[in-house]
Amino acid sequence: MIAHAIFFYVFSIIAVVSAVMVTVSKNTVHSVFFLILDFISISCLFIMIGAEFLGMIMLIVYVGAVAVLFLFVVMMLNVAQQKNQWFISKENSNHIPIGLLISVIIFFELIIVIGGWKYKPDLFDEGNLLIVNDISNTHSLGMVLYTDYIHIFQISGMILLIAMIGAIVLTFRQREGVKKQSYLKQISRERAEGVEVVEVASNRGVKLDD
Amino acid sequence: MEYLDLIFQETYKILFLLVPVLVSVAMIVWLDRRVWAFVQKRQGPNVVGPFGLLQSLADALKYIFKEIIIPASSNKIIFILAPIITMTLALIAWAVIPFGVDQVLADINVGILYIFAVSSLGVYGIIMGGWASNSKYPFLGSIRSAAQMVSYEVSIGIIIINVLLCVGSLNLSDIVLAQKDMWFVIPLFPMFVIFFISALAETNRPPFDLPEAEAELVAGYQTEYSGMMYAMFWLGEYANILLMCALGSILFLGGWLSPIELYPFNLIPGALWLIFKILFLFILFALVKAIVPRYRYDQLMRLGWKIFLPLSLTYVVLTASYLFYFNLLPTN
Repeated sequence: MIAHAIFFYVFSIIAVVSAVMVTVSKNTVHSVFFLILDFISISCLFIMIGAEFLGMIMLIVYVGAVAVLFLFVVMMLNVAQQKNQWFISKENSNHIPIGLLISVIIFFELIIVIGGWKYKPDLFDEGNLLIVNDISNTHSLGMVLYTDYIHIFQISGMILLIAMIGAIVLTFRQREGVKKQSYLKQISRERAEGVEVVEVASNRGVKLDD
Repeated sequence: MEYLDLIFQETYKILFLLVPVLVSVAMIVWLDRRVWAFVQKRQGPNVVGPFGLLQSLADALKYIFKEIIIPASSNKIIFILAPIITMTLALIAWAVIPFGVDQVLADINVGILYIFAVSSLGVYGIIMGGWASNSKYPFLGSIRSAAQMVSYEVSIGIIIINVLLCVGSLNLSDIVLAQKDMWFVIPLFPMFVIFFISALAETNRPPFDLPEAEAELVAGYQTEYSGMMYAMFWLGEYANILLMCALGSILFLGGWLSPIELYPFNLIPGALWLIFKILFLFILFALVKAIVPRYRYDQLMRLGWKIFLPLSLTYVVLTASYLFYFNLLPTN
């Protein structure tokens, strides 16, 4: 039990500290690395409470795929420079008020959730949850996900698909003059059509088509 | 006291697993170079020790005594962290590989997901190394390799789903035991081929070694590394290759099971069978390196997204409908 407590405190301290560092650190790439550390320690916490499937999926999806995309964007665009401009320049930027508004809303939501959990514990009664102890948690997830919650599951899949198509439609631009490669053409090239032997008359040279 | 005992026991087990893995990584580097040389009618490393077996040890000694150079404009902490992460991730995945019935360090329920998660984290060592070097070639190499590893992970994941459909469990020991009657390489042969090719791409092996394509990018993300830090990248890479071979033999070639359950074959311990299978897959890896020219980057992406992904998805539907129609779906 003590070992359990020690591990819990280690992971949660790492999670909280790295979450703070995400917002505090000057270098945006460092922020993303702290975000990754945060994800990893959160998934460790999931595994500690017995939600091993959720923890592993968190690692695969968030750390293995989503955070890589974050890193890509942050490394390719020079976000660090832009961020400094917002803070240094005298002109009022319209990003900060919107950011403040959103963070205030999130803050109040958190207060409501934590307050509700503290003062109305019967809302979160564990008796309401259907927990079967003798099967692994992958099995129990699979049993409800594709039966009782199939519609919600399918709808969330549709929403993700629509979001993906939307992103592609918004960013896709057909540009003029882009050269494309045809694999069929490249593979089906023969020696006979690739090389042409030309008799060169002396002192006159040769004139090719292109 | 009891707790300390437990810690000692576990440490002993971990050392008993990791030391052989590290030694076999060194040996496998030698084997790789030998196979490569024999295909090209060269001798390969044959001077140090019998058949050149100690070549990797000599190389390691050289790396240890070399100076570690850290570029002045690099991001020092991340620069040093990158090879450490690569090597750690390559080694921790071995915790769930079963070498026999109950011969496994951590017999967890979600073993295959654990391996998948760890191998998907492997990309960070490369990205961090490339970015922290603060130089163009390493950065280009790391971007390339990140895109490559993320794309091929998708097809590997779907291939794993194929196997899981036949097993009904995420535990690696269960996956091996489910192949008692027939190895999955027979019904899922197309998936085995795709898995093999995706594993080549996932471990940045030729013909997909674009992150370190020496003709274009010097040495990719490893360009600025020297001495022991380079050796760690190198060890991590080969440990990853071995891990992919082990995963392939567990998923498709029946892990520790012997090919025929007959008298002379079942005398050989299961761990040895697994090692034979890993070696067989590794020699295939080495042969591919020797005989196939490097892909172009757009060809690589096309292969991953437009060919392997639809093919493996179709096979998932096929496997699932076959199992459903003939009532073979595993129930436990």
